[in-house]
Amino acid sequence: MGKIFKFNKDVDTDQIIASQYLLFPTIDEMKAHTFESLNSDFASLVKPGDFVVADENFGCGSSREQAPSVLKALGVKAVIAKSFARIFYRNSINIGMPVIVSKELYDSVSEGDEMELDLKQGIITVGEKTFQCTKLPAKMQEILDQGGLIASLNN
Amino acid sequence: MGQTLIEKIISKNVGHPVKAGDIVTVNVDYCMIDDIMVPFAVQKFEEMGFDKVWDPDKVVLIYDHFLPATQVDDSRHFRVGDEFARKYDIKNVHRTDGICHQLMTEAGYVKPGHIAFGTDSHTVTYGCVGAFSTGIGYTEMAGILGTGQLWVKVPETIKIEIDGTLPGNVTSKDIILKIIGDLTASGATYQSIEFTGSTVEAMSVASRMTMSNMAVEAGAKCGLFVPDDKTCDYCKIDYSDEVKELVPDNDASYSRIIRLRAEDMVPVMACPSLVDNIHPVSELAGIKVDQVFLGSCTNGRLEDLRTAATILKGKKVAPFVKLIVTPASRKIYREALADGTLEILSDAGAIITTPGCGLCCGRGGGILSDDEVVVATNNRNFLGRMGTSKVQIYLASPATAAATAVAGVITEA
Repeated sequence: MGKIFKFNKDVDTDQIIASQYLLFPTIDEMKAHTFESLNSDFASLVKPGDFVVADENFGCGSSREQAPSVLKALGVKAVIAKSFARIFYRNSINIGMPVIVSKELYDSVSEGDEMELDLKQGIITVGEKTFQCTKLPAKMQEILDQGGLIASLNN
Repeated sequence: MGQTLIEKIISKNVGHPVKAGDIVTVNVDYCMIDDIMVPFAVQKFEEMGFDKVWDPDKVVLIYDHFLPATQVDDSRHFRVGDEFARKYDIKNVHRTDGICHQLMTEAGYVKPGHIAFGTDSHTVTYGCVGAFSTGIGYTEMAGILGTGQLWVKVPETIKIEIDGTLPGNVTSKDIILKIIGDLTASGATYQSIEFTGSTVEAMSVASRMTMSNMAVEAGAKCGLFVPDDKTCDYCKIDYSDEVKELVPDNDASYSRIIRLRAEDMVPVMACPSLVDNIHPVSELAGIKVDQVFLGSCTNGRLEDLRTAATILKGKKVAPFVKLIVTPASRKIYREALADGTLEILSDAGAIITTPGCGLCCGRGGGILSDDEVVVATNNRNFLGRMGTSKVQIYLASPATAAATAVAGVITEA
């Protein structure tokens, strides 16, 4: 079980991690500033195993891989959105963080709800409700299963 | 069934016909790493255990976001890049020449039909010469450095046909802003956009660059133009049969076709703080501004500076407005110096800065504070991009920006 943190549509990568923090040498130094302009308490409140749930077009904007990386470093288990921006989606898979498309979840849950994710079956459970989510293309599932692109290329 | 332009480019690269939806591994003609991402790409390259770069001559390192350095840690990125270039014999290193997306075509790397990837989302810019180029993360870039290949899904295509003659105060920037407003910020996600029609055929390559550059703001994977004789002049190549093959078939299949009439267009702006929040300049007239920024890989080219100079000649920027002009490359800077453009802009009171990304990514001079208003010619008005999250960023064409700088309030050119 993890807690849900909700975000609106068109959350851009500057909002996930602003460009002034990109010069920090490590992701661990950047992660405290995650979502700073939207919810300055996010980094201190989020716990490993929690979920980010968003409306359409999550992660639009720049190609910075630091955006999914800070979420992963904070322990976010998966991002579930109505849709994702292209580069954010690829980057997430490549660093081994699940990104899941669900058209229904966002409108059916509230901030702070507890949810469970069965990645293999593609099923999300929140209280009494269950949601089916979209499966990844085989090529991406293969990379994710191996723990990201580095592990995948090393194998 | 015929092929779209993106299907033709990818088919040529992989050596067999492809169609939208196919997942294929492409051979990379050029890859570009910018200064922000250099240390991360290098680290991932080492973690992957490669001992050489697949082809050093196809790798281009460009320092632009952090140049000249404004924070003490910035120069670490240049040092890491220089060391990587030395160790792996990479000769294409641009340390002070301008913005990566300007240089990748201007310096003669990317040509029609090429496939290129970069560690910055505005890598889509090279679609202006009929190349497939798009942004990727640094881990994928590290994979390319080692293998020279990347898997891609062949995208579907939205065809946008624009015909007719533009009104005098409307530029390609207004067209692409209108398109993004119509499509929304996610309306072209995962898709290729093909720009066609008599209006874009009449455009300079520089104007087309502005449109390819911003295709990603509608979520697109790329924004392509059919290469023509102007493209070949710009790329310093022959308009050969091979280039002439880079044209979509008449019976190609499109996910959507949009037709626009140039005569219907008006100058527009993207209002705070979304790129698809588009309104006519005439509706916004009178809003007081603190700063105007003319530059970036979207609109920092010679024709953009000249457009501004035409409006600013013999006039002065409003006393309370800071006009910051940042040419996109050293070549453009030199040309604008030689033809008197910079002199006109300077006489009008502009602050002219060194070529590079400058204020666009919030790293150059001109950072703003709460409730200040900036009219800017770049591609993003995201919350907090040019200072605090209470800065109001309006995106506009160079003509609108220049007219606004003189009046001190948002003004139609």
